[in-house]
Amino acid sequence: MSDSKPGSGAGPRPDADIAAQTCPVSGQDDHPMVERAPVTDWRTDWDHLDPRWRDDPFPIWNELREGPIARTERFEGAWLPTRYEDVRAIAYDTDNFTSRRVVLRHRKFEDPPLPAPPLTSDPPEHKAHKQMLLPFFTPREVGKLEPLARRICNALIDGFIADGSCDAAQQYARHIPVRIIAYMLGVPIRDSHLFIRWIHEILEVGAVDDELNRNGTKAMRDYFRHHIALRKEGRTEADPEGPDPDLIRVMMDGSLNGVPFEERHVLGTLNLLMVAGIDTTWSAIGASVLHLGRHGHDRRRLIAEPDLMPTAIEELLRAYSPVTMAREVKKDVELGGCPMKKGEMVLLSFPAANRDPAMFPDADEVVLDRQENRHSAFGLGIHRCVGSNLARMEMRIAIEEWLKRIPDYRVDGDVRWSDGTVRGPRTLPVVFA
Amino acid sequence: MKVRVDPGRCEGHSRCHSLAPELFDLDELGNATARGDGAVPPGMEGRARLAAANCPEYAVEIVEDAG
Repeated sequence: MSDSKPGSGAGPRPDADIAAQTCPVSGQDDHPMVERAPVTDWRTDWDHLDPRWRDDPFPIWNELREGPIARTERFEGAWLPTRYEDVRAIAYDTDNFTSRRVVLRHRKFEDPPLPAPPLTSDPPEHKAHKQMLLPFFTPREVGKLEPLARRICNALIDGFIADGSCDAAQQYARHIPVRIIAYMLGVPIRDSHLFIRWIHEILEVGAVDDELNRNGTKAMRDYFRHHIALRKEGRTEADPEGPDPDLIRVMMDGSLNGVPFEERHVLGTLNLLMVAGIDTTWSAIGASVLHLGRHGHDRRRLIAEPDLMPTAIEELLRAYSPVTMAREVKKDVELGGCPMKKGEMVLLSFPAANRDPAMFPDADEVVLDRQENRHSAFGLGIHRCVGSNLARMEMRIAIEEWLKRIPDYRVDGDVRWSDGTVRGPRTLPVVFA
Repeated sequence: MKVRVDPGRCEGHSRCHSLAPELFDLDELGNATARGDGAVPPGMEGRARLAAANCPEYAVEIVEDAG
């Protein structure tokens, strides 16, 4: 596909206003999920790619929490903890569980898997891999991006408000994080449609389609190789107003103990920053717009009491946590009476943990002013999401700007949820009042 | 009342700082420390408890005054 090649030889073409750029989106739905054998018993044959899980996973998790950690022979053998305490124990146990694979695939098709530091790093290297990124993602740093986020949100709303309706997932939520991470990475926003397609190929259909997964991964790596090469020639296609250094520059100049990072480390982290920064927050924003569209009481309350926003954002993150990670069993270990064998995978469902009534009273209720809320939407322990402050800021701005301009709306039509391990609405038709 | 952050537990979620920015500072990596000596000004006890109750790593501790 010609448009998946990077750059096309174009010279620097700074975007006048990245907030107002339109991004053609295509290819997203070219590859429907393949048919899977239906799940007969969730305790012994669970499958997070099953349509029932996709459409309504909550009853499944509630059932599984009553028994031992669930098992499946799919994915070459995997476990599924759904209680908060079990998810927490595994997230903390980096001796017995490695992060080198964090996505469940129908088979482990690469050994060793491609690294995506720091997500796939284990101690002791993990700390340095993460610490080099953290200064760019503190609340203070991401706070500088707030005006940009507001401009992006308003430019998007300008594009559909006169229609009286929109698809809030396709026309709003999906475009916000991708533009901001492109700005931070130092790549042109006009390439957003490519990023969205690659992520779909890698994360959604890529779980069961090796070829598409490889294609998407390769296209993204080639893209970053191109932008690194440009910088080596003293050129860039980054927004001239953008951060200096941008994240591509930070990674290509990165080193550990005086030794420059290998190319696979640099590209792995850049891929990760893009993948992790787009699908996830898009999902969280979409789920929030969906919730507030279906629950007028919460919507009106949030508008009337804007001071609720900090706890409300966390509650929406808890109730609609988008991100599920995985671990690989590093050595034979018993957990909760379950014998986990080296090489087996564990699906670490933070979303299920966050609905555990033992940890959160009325766990299936959204309580905008929930007082005790130690949710694990951004993970627990050393792998806490590097971009959590960015995601939180994007969510808050996206909801604030939406409610300012569209205070009254309702969901009107079928909502379609994502496939794969990042959960969020992919189709979200809403009508403005 | 005082707040304390256990640096061995803090993973930089910055939930405490977001809920009670007057009581916590963040370092250049985003990890939290109690501001000053951690003393909670009168009237801010509720926010201190809220910060503690929202730390996913149980890193924020409340030290109640004796008596």
